[in-house]
Amino acid sequence: MIRIEHINKRFKRLNALVDVSAQFEKGQVVSLIGPNGSGKTTLIKCILGMVKSTSGKIFVDGQLINGDPAYREKIGYMPQIGRYPDNMKIGQLFSMMKNIRNIEDDGLDNDLIVKFNLVSLFDKPMRTLSGGTRQKVSAALAFYFHSDILILDEPTAGLDPLSSEILKEKIIAEKKRNKLILITSHILSELDELTTNVMYLQEGRVQFFKGIEALREETGELKLGKAVAQIMNAGVNTNWVDDLFHAKTEMP
Amino acid sequence: MMKLSKYVLYDILRNKIVIAYTIFLFVISMSLFRMEDNNGKAMLSLLNILLIVVPLISMIFATIHYYNSYEFIELMLSQPMSRTKILLSEYTGVALSLVTAFLIGVGIPVVFFSLDATGLAMIFAGCALTLVFTSIAFWASVKAKDKARGIGFALLLWFYFSLIYDGLIVLILFSFSDYPLEKLTLVLSALNPVDLGRIFIMLKMDVSALMGYTGALYQDFFGSFSGMLFTTGIMLLWAVLPLYAAVRTFRKKDL
Repeated sequence: MIRIEHINKRFKRLNALVDVSAQFEKGQVVSLIGPNGSGKTTLIKCILGMVKSTSGKIFVDGQLINGDPAYREKIGYMPQIGRYPDNMKIGQLFSMMKNIRNIEDDGLDNDLIVKFNLVSLFDKPMRTLSGGTRQKVSAALAFYFHSDILILDEPTAGLDPLSSEILKEKIIAEKKRNKLILITSHILSELDELTTNVMYLQEGRVQFFKGIEALREETGELKLGKAVAQIMNAGVNTNWVDDLFHAKTEMP
Repeated sequence: MMKLSKYVLYDILRNKIVIAYTIFLFVISMSLFRMEDNNGKAMLSLLNILLIVVPLISMIFATIHYYNSYEFIELMLSQPMSRTKILLSEYTGVALSLVTAFLIGVGIPVVFFSLDATGLAMIFAGCALTLVFTSIAFWASVKAKDKARGIGFALLLWFYFSLIYDGLIVLILFSFSDYPLEKLTLVLSALNPVDLGRIFIMLKMDVSALMGYTGALYQDFFGSFSGMLFTTGIMLLWAVLPLYAAVRTFRKKDL
């Protein structure tokens, strides 16, 4: 569904993405992992056309991304930090998005709005919301249009455990509907139950892109965190996974 | 596109600055017309205030609005919306609200007290200046990386058009006073929308008789029908070109 061919992105001095190529298919849940500043969000923004790549091509559903925004109808996006017009109320935000995408009520997915109980907050202006509630709004918006591709940038950061569980269930439900889901997260234990493929980025380069089964087989580890740590220890030096690994093992 | 502009307009109305601007313009024009017994004098004072205030408010408001609606722009970018469409709807929303504010704040008193060629010229020039400076402000804010730089850049441009440019013209006129400069000043005035607006309105007033030989030449040129077409055309160019440049930059920008 998404084909990325030799994408490069340079910000003045920084090489944010270096020759990234990949192919994501329907029914996959791809976890994008890597240390802070490794280019995960930049890659996502390239797919969305918010960041223009220096060179390389991206195809969504066989269609080259080159300025025509129509392909974004297939994508539901949940940003890392959801930022919304301050004066707008939640209800207005949803009706505006509906209006902009031109979709009738029966074509909408109200699941998360109901489960997060956002309807009771419909009169609240966006500026009064807490970070967690904003995340809930972002999540509900991403799933709102039954999009075939879901791109979730750190979806559970800032959510309370209960909401985070609701969101995970929703992701699993959508996975069963044969959608392509891209997730970035730092909480590897969370990705365990969801993911089918893992892409590891570091300093803008793809270190590996493997199916979860292959990864487990290779490392003999069941947990994603440990499997990744083992691969990284064997090859490139990654302090980030080391730290994470130690933190995990130290916990009782 | 109108759909988006509707939400932009709604957002602008919510923060009440435009309403304050409308009331401010209305109070100033009303009090000037009430204070002066001669409507012509009131028009002249109003002209001088408007030529400072309209460009300034248009630029500052448009710049701040652009940065404040950054979230909205970001949100729209993840939707099936083209960048050109997003920026143009933002422009339409801002320009429409500022022009409406001007029409209510200045247009109504002028129509009420002094509806003649000068009055109409003033309403036209005010609307044109609003469109021009909103467009320049959009260009400045798309070009600049952050809010402080954007507003600084907009203020500098305003200083240039309202104050510095006139100084430069005077400098040129004095340095080359031995040569015939009438044609040149005509061209130079077209390079500044504020001057163009001022000349356009002044020539409709009696005071233009005081401007001497240059005034006569101006009267001859701008007073004619082709002169009016020229003014309208240049003003249009001043509104369209910066906006076009802004759209071009915006399309290539990383957000």
